[in-house]
Amino acid sequence: MKKLNYRLVIFILATIFGIAFTIPSFLGKNPKVNLGLDLQGGMYLVLGVKSEEAVKNKIKSIASAIKYLSDKKDLFIDKLKTSNNALSFELIDKDDAPKMDAALKKIRGIEIKKIPEKESVIYKIALTKETITKTKEDAIKQAIQTIRSRLDAFGLAEPSVTQQGKDKIVVELPGIKTQKEKNNIKKLISSAAHLELYLVDNEHRVTNPKDAAKYGDIMLPDKNNPKRMWLLKTPLVLDGSMITDATVGFTQKTNQPAIFFTLNSQGAAIFGDVTGKNVGKQLAIVVDNKVYSAPTIQERIGGGSGQITVGSTDEAHILAIALRSGSLPAPVVLLEQRSVGASLGADSIRKSMIALISGFIIVVIFMAWYYGFSGIIADIALVTNLFLITAVMALFGATLTLPGMAGIVLTVGMSVDANVIINERIRELIREGKSIKLAIEGGYKNAMSAILDSNITTLIAAIALFAYGTGTIKGFALTMAIGILASMLTAILGTHGIWQYIIAGNKKLTPKSFGMKA
Amino acid sequence: MELFSQNKIYNFMSKRNIFISISLTLIALSIASMIFKGFNWGIDFKGGIEVQVQFQKPVPISDIRKQISKKFNGASITTFGKKNEILIRMSVNKVSGDVQKDLGSEVKKLLSPLGSVTIRRVDIVGSKVGSELRDNGIKALVFAIIGILIYVAFRFEWRFALASVLALCHDTIISLGAVSFFHVEVNLDVLAAILTLMGYSLNDTIVVFDRIREQIIGSKVKDLPSLINEAVSKTLSRTVLTSLTTFFVMSTLFLFGGEIIRPFSFTLLVGIIVGTYSSIFIASPLLIWLGFKIDDYRKKLLDKEKRKREKEKMRQMYQGGVV
Repeated sequence: MKKLNYRLVIFILATIFGIAFTIPSFLGKNPKVNLGLDLQGGMYLVLGVKSEEAVKNKIKSIASAIKYLSDKKDLFIDKLKTSNNALSFELIDKDDAPKMDAALKKIRGIEIKKIPEKESVIYKIALTKETITKTKEDAIKQAIQTIRSRLDAFGLAEPSVTQQGKDKIVVELPGIKTQKEKNNIKKLISSAAHLELYLVDNEHRVTNPKDAAKYGDIMLPDKNNPKRMWLLKTPLVLDGSMITDATVGFTQKTNQPAIFFTLNSQGAAIFGDVTGKNVGKQLAIVVDNKVYSAPTIQERIGGGSGQITVGSTDEAHILAIALRSGSLPAPVVLLEQRSVGASLGADSIRKSMIALISGFIIVVIFMAWYYGFSGIIADIALVTNLFLITAVMALFGATLTLPGMAGIVLTVGMSVDANVIINERIRELIREGKSIKLAIEGGYKNAMSAILDSNITTLIAAIALFAYGTGTIKGFALTMAIGILASMLTAILGTHGIWQYIIAGNKKLTPKSFGMKA
Repeated sequence: MELFSQNKIYNFMSKRNIFISISLTLIALSIASMIFKGFNWGIDFKGGIEVQVQFQKPVPISDIRKQISKKFNGASITTFGKKNEILIRMSVNKVSGDVQKDLGSEVKKLLSPLGSVTIRRVDIVGSKVGSELRDNGIKALVFAIIGILIYVAFRFEWRFALASVLALCHDTIISLGAVSFFHVEVNLDVLAAILTLMGYSLNDTIVVFDRIREQIIGSKVKDLPSLINEAVSKTLSRTVLTSLTTFFVMSTLFLFGGEIIRPFSFTLLVGIIVGTYSSIFIASPLLIWLGFKIDDYRKKLLDKEKRKREKEKMRQMYQGGVV
């Protein structure tokens, strides 16, 4: 029996490995190469998170907490005002200061400044720097969580939601088909679903937000009639963070589509208190800064449930999911959207496969024609290389994009380079009169430094692309890098092993085996 | 099969001034094109909207334009690869800055009267994202160049590093010039192509430099031009062959790969030609201009060799128990 050498053994193992892990991809079983959105069709969204809004909301909810606490303890406060990241109020009786301080201790992450006046104390409360950073970071994380659970609730296959950079979120949705689906999903993702309840101020008449602020009020537009403005008392009564459930149904009297929501115990207590104290007044239900409705409070509402009437069942469905899976802590804006139809994806696959196969055939024939038997050995290495790229990508669960396909096509052209260099070196040594055996060994040895240096520089470029590239380009850099590494294994080690095996078998080799004139 | 007469040494260096002049002219033209003609920036970098639609049968562009202008002003409408494949471009601002608008169905509604139509692709990129993508692209380029410089300086010496990076800039500038001149759309794929091209161009140059390094020790030739001639001639067959195989596959991608990937394959096709040219005719003469001295380098290599041998000797003595 002829002696196997370690190079050949590694090459054979690599080939088996390559084939074994390539087959599942073609049968559609795991582990398989995932197709990028540009190849299978789907939608790719980049969302920006306005995290400074989360800070604003935090201040707002602290303000309503202070209002609630002081009402409960009979501390009289006035001039409660909020700005972007701070709030201030006046404690009417300065003797109440110790009680107020004790109440404020329950609120974390704030800095308190007290300015004593004659009778009263002015409190200035700001968020600490750490709280602001943390609030912003949490806003992104929570936004990702929220969007993910919303998409899950919508029942989409394999949605991917990931953070990009400091304040961006990438959402990838394969297999979305209809326009309607796309629009619903965009609405679902981007609606903040920030539910707020305010008491309506019917005592004052104002025309602009500045005047409204004088009475401690804000102005928000009506949902159905954006020109109609509502005057609402701040701070708000409660917000959607206290919602535990939201379902779609129809109102009893008018049979309009509506969302029925349930509040947690804390929310229910506040809701009960406020409705009890304000019978006969209007309570505005605000979602994402639009007033949906403002029913008059008939009686104290215990049990902590309420309803929001909406225009259509579709809208009710989306809003209910959004409310259920929690509101976005900060609004998101759509920065980038790419959607590819499945037919275009299939076209791209077909076209790039044609390019890959025809390029492959040309290279294989060319190598065999130019280098004869030795060229065929290089071709075997090339085939293994392609299997290895597919196998490694499948194992890592990498995504194949259209530029990635281009990268593979390019690899076919470039990976034979190592064999070209080696063969030229072997020919040189044969020409110098060396025996075939010595020429082969010498050829591999001489070629090594050039192959290594040139491959490593290409690898550096691929790494730079991977580090700073986005989306589909990352896929290109990845296939390039895998291709380079795989080609070092197949084109250098593999072909060398085959030659050693052939030499050990004492097969008769002539310069013709290397495509040289005899 | 053998393409080049193997033992012949071509005298490339005697004509080096001609080649450099050609290159300088091409670089000047490229820069002029970049300045005066500019680039056809795709929406990846400048932001904007692209809607690709496919009609069952070809429809006159003017009809499409008429329909589209009912709702959107200033849209550019072109065929995309095939006659029935249409690309509609708009700027983000023109569509009231509202990226969330239901564009696909809007366009479909407008075009349906003209015949059966499918929306193939809708890309919307906000202008802020565009500039960020561009910044990242530039970062990638700079990072790659620095990494390569360090590696080559470490493996060879600084003049080799500088010469290879200059050759690389030469290739990049001329390829970008072609992209500008032929009005090829610059998108993220083109950026990837440029980076690949950098790797490729270097690949070629380094194989030649590797041979020069080898000749410095092995050859008896004393003067640099002859030595370079020898090295370039001996690697000529390889340079041309690898370029050919890569050129073949890129041509298939260019011809059959479809319209979307065409800017990428175009850039690489130009890059392969320029890169091959520069590694044969430009990179090595740069060594001469940079004042590379064979004797100094030979001494350095020999010193290195000597140190290595001494180390070996020491180790042997140590193992032999002499020290």
